[in-house]
Amino acid sequence: MSAGVSTLPAASRPETPMQRAWRRLKARKAAMFGLVVILALVLIAIFAPLIAPFDPTRQSWAAVRKAPSALHWFGTDEVGRDLLSRVIFGTRASLAAGVVSVGIAVALGVPLGLLAGYGPRWADTVLSRITDAMLASPFLILAIALAAFLGPSLTNAMIAIGVTATPIFIRLTRGQVMTVKVEDYVESARAVGNPRWRIAVKHILPNVMPQLLVQITLTIAMAVIAEASLSFLGLGQQPPAPSWGSMLNSAQRFLTNAPWMAIWPGLAIFVTVLSFNLLGDGLRDAFDPRERG
Amino acid sequence: MLALVARRLMQLVPTIIIVSMMIFGLQQLLPGDPATIMAGEERDPEVIEQIRKQYRLDQPIPLQYVYWIKGVVKGDLGESMRLKEPVSRLVAQKLPVTLQLAAMAMLIAILIGVPAGIVSAVKKDTPWDYIVNVISLWGISTPNFWLGILMIFLFSVHLGWLPASGYVSPFENPWQSLKTTIMPAFVLGNSIAGVLMRHTRAAMLQALSSDYVRTARAKGLGETRVILAHAMRNALTPVITLGALEFGTLLSGAVLTEQIFTIPGFGKLIVDAVFNRDYAVVQGVVLVTSATYILLNLLADLGYILVNPRLRT
Amino acid sequence: MKAPLRLGLVALLAAPLLAGTALAQSSIRIGLAEDPDVLDPTLARTYVGRIVFSSICDKLFDIDEKLAVVPQLALSHETSADGKTVTIKLRPGVKFHDGEPLDAEAAKFSLDRHRTMQGSFRRGELSQIAAVEVVDPLTIKIQLKTPFSPLIAQLTDRSGMMVSPKAAKEAGDKFGQKPVCAGPYKFVERVQQDRIVVEKFADYWNKANVSIDKITYVPIADSTVRLANLKSGQLDLIERALATDLKDIRSTAGLKVATAYELGYQGLTINVGKGEAAKGPLGSDPRVRQALEAAIDREAIVQVVFNGEFKPGNQWINPDNAFYQKSLPVPKRDIAKAKKLLAEAGVKTPVPVDLMVPNNPETRQVAEVIQAMAAEAGFDIKIRVTEFATSLKEAEAGNYQAYILAWSGRTDPDGNIHSFASTGAPNNYSAYSNATVDAALNEARTKNGMPERMAAYQKAASQLLTDLPIVYLYHRLVIIAHRDRLEGYRQMPDGLVRVVGLKVKG
Repeated sequence: MSAGVSTLPAASRPETPMQRAWRRLKARKAAMFGLVVILALVLIAIFAPLIAPFDPTRQSWAAVRKAPSALHWFGTDEVGRDLLSRVIFGTRASLAAGVVSVGIAVALGVPLGLLAGYGPRWADTVLSRITDAMLASPFLILAIALAAFLGPSLTNAMIAIGVTATPIFIRLTRGQVMTVKVEDYVESARAVGNPRWRIAVKHILPNVMPQLLVQITLTIAMAVIAEASLSFLGLGQQPPAPSWGSMLNSAQRFLTNAPWMAIWPGLAIFVTVLSFNLLGDGLRDAFDPRERG
Repeated sequence: MLALVARRLMQLVPTIIIVSMMIFGLQQLLPGDPATIMAGEERDPEVIEQIRKQYRLDQPIPLQYVYWIKGVVKGDLGESMRLKEPVSRLVAQKLPVTLQLAAMAMLIAILIGVPAGIVSAVKKDTPWDYIVNVISLWGISTPNFWLGILMIFLFSVHLGWLPASGYVSPFENPWQSLKTTIMPAFVLGNSIAGVLMRHTRAAMLQALSSDYVRTARAKGLGETRVILAHAMRNALTPVITLGALEFGTLLSGAVLTEQIFTIPGFGKLIVDAVFNRDYAVVQGVVLVTSATYILLNLLADLGYILVNPRLRT
Repeated sequence: MKAPLRLGLVALLAAPLLAGTALAQSSIRIGLAEDPDVLDPTLARTYVGRIVFSSICDKLFDIDEKLAVVPQLALSHETSADGKTVTIKLRPGVKFHDGEPLDAEAAKFSLDRHRTMQGSFRRGELSQIAAVEVVDPLTIKIQLKTPFSPLIAQLTDRSGMMVSPKAAKEAGDKFGQKPVCAGPYKFVERVQQDRIVVEKFADYWNKANVSIDKITYVPIADSTVRLANLKSGQLDLIERALATDLKDIRSTAGLKVATAYELGYQGLTINVGKGEAAKGPLGSDPRVRQALEAAIDREAIVQVVFNGEFKPGNQWINPDNAFYQKSLPVPKRDIAKAKKLLAEAGVKTPVPVDLMVPNNPETRQVAEVIQAMAAEAGFDIKIRVTEFATSLKEAEAGNYQAYILAWSGRTDPDGNIHSFASTGAPNNYSAYSNATVDAALNEARTKNGMPERMAAYQKAASQLLTDLPIVYLYHRLVIIAHRDRLEGYRQMPDGLVRVVGLKVKG
């Protein structure tokens, strides 16, 4: 029998941290609910043209601001477009905004965080000061200013939110790096002569993953609201393409005439963000080493 | 200890300088010429030129930055181009309003979040846990401008209980002041409540499984006493200090909330200033809020360390 | 002895009651759509600022519902035969809020301040004035460089507002923080973005018609919230109620509506001469622009977006205006004509158009409707919502092909067209240049008689409506809603809220 191969039956092989986390996550009903809803939203976004009963940009000047009915389940908006279809297509903008912005923030923030935590001292000082500065300024103001600078569009809103959220990931990564880098296996890898970047990627990064996953989920939730806020101010998705935030903007004037215009998009944002938050909280609990089980 | 404070204070200076450069630079990048916007509908070219000169917009950008910083050091935050009032006076007028809103929001957040966190921790994984979870998460998950609109619709338009907008200072009329600020404060506080709930829950869970609580239980003390006397005391301290850090979130939230409820505070001032390219106002206000936030951060850290001597090293 | 004692007692008891009624101040609250900028008539530039001015700063002349000039601080005006001298007689016995008299010296001071003060936004309006002379304590003479018929109309707005020389000299450019004029109300206090408070001026020349003691102006940007405040009684009057709320307001007990069609317009400015963007089919061929106009159904826009309350228009003044060219009426939508024109012009459809739209919900809605309409004729309009500040910059640089832009309007038609269509004029974002139009517009502003001016405008209009540097879309309705406890309110087309003659019932 060769010594390197495990001969224990699969069931009693010690589980990896990831497997344990997944098992714990499955046990949490709230988190699973969130996960299921998110998957449903993703499917809605992908199959929108098949699900939506009408073309979301088709105007119907005779059916302006009609209340929910059998034909238009959610009612119509100020130029007669079907609200249900617009909410369905709006899923694309909002999910994209959430994921892409956070993608940008992670792509920029994690490497910078690794650099700050494990690179030369001066890099840490500079990056920490910049991060402090960005986190000290009101997030929405920076995002508004950036979006105004880049020009109103969904893409620019995503960039603005992504850049403004980057310091969160820099700080998170750096913090984790600081904790991990003093561990024995890292020190010994260093002693053996491994270059710093290799250690960062091979040893440190995997340890950052759990916290990163939690933060990503929670930041996606924040980004969806941020995109809605920017669109609400007119800086995000441009007409006639639907976005939940810009739908709320249009709905403001018609609160007494056509309240349904405000209810559905708001509800959609709420459900989406709630799901990401539930999932994020669940992940946090699942990865928590202090938890029993 | 003193060395720590000194070191943190020293870090404060470059951070604020970076904030000032960042916001100054960002504004300059914004397309749109403040002089043209200020010039009104008539767009008289001579007047535009004259405005540029008056506000030094024709100078090279680094020079404009230097002028501004020189003023700030002397306590002069510049003048609002649109309102023709000194920025420091605008700040003095509006800061108390936003602070009142923030304080009320924080109170509401604590009243909702802390008990929710305690219940959630003590009754972990029971239906109570889920219910409380969703209620406080509701706050973070709802876009505050949507909640604000719906509340106005319900309480002002439909029921007529509360005024739809405006602000009355508590020194003028405390009851009316409460009526005008309760809705926006609730909307703002909602979003923080969830965060506080999470912190409280985590801190309580940690406290409940800690040694001294186990000892207390072993000594035979009733569960309620254990919770109230021992666990809570230790759980609450980090929660309160963390609460101070939420000031930044409150300010971000205040931006849209003040728009909707027409509260003449900081948030509204900034949004209008950005859209009107009123540079001095945006720069001045962001500088003040960032400095306050950094100071609060510092105080929170110090407080945390004071409470928990083990972190002093 | 008993009777006088009893009388005395009654008087004693009645006195506080009477004093109470005398002290009971009538006060109203007016909701504005924005916070006004600086309250200095020389430096002010917003439409909403004029609403506040109408209570604190009287002008030399005012207008009535028919846009005719009526006396206010001045009694009469007379223009010389050559049109270069205008003599104005002032009203005697008028005082400023600080007690200073309004005489010819004060009038000259005010006009010179508007003309020459650094940062003055009235310079352009009064640029034709060469000098203002004092003839006698109640008469001034204005010398013009060239004849200028819109002059008196200018004096019915901010350019005609009189300020106290003493207060203005003392305050300099800080006058706006505590303005001192000669209107029915005097300035009390202002908290930025919160309120402006004014109170009755005891020595007002027309004080018999002023009964309300205090007015508070409150800026509330959200129209739904503004209306909610009116309904709940926290506001007594609101400006710029939405057309889509009219039905609701009219059916609410306790509320009244006052309306008038505006002096201005909403239109599509087309880039015909500035930079690369102008070289596309829309900018270079008037037939393409005519096709675009033919594809637009103005009636439908007004119906869908504004519940039919606004008025479709095709000229720079609204169809009820005396200067409107009846020979060029508002065209109906004609898709066949649009397609034919595009074919004639030989352009490949769909024709791409970059439409810049300032960021406000109603304008965006109009843009979306136009986009759908024009698509049927063969236009592919891409909507680019831009922040207002940025859109101005873009327009100046020529980075647009079409731009939805509104103009608030001036009393004299010259104010609605000269600066927009003359070669090189400041508001001419289209970069339109046509010698015939230039000559006609200049002719219209130097002639005084109505027939000559109409003839000149007829020439300008036929050329402009063929070249279409601006496609005029509609004219808004000024909608003021107020509680019925306010009596005596009349709406003028300039949109201002006039407070003289207002009474509070009960």
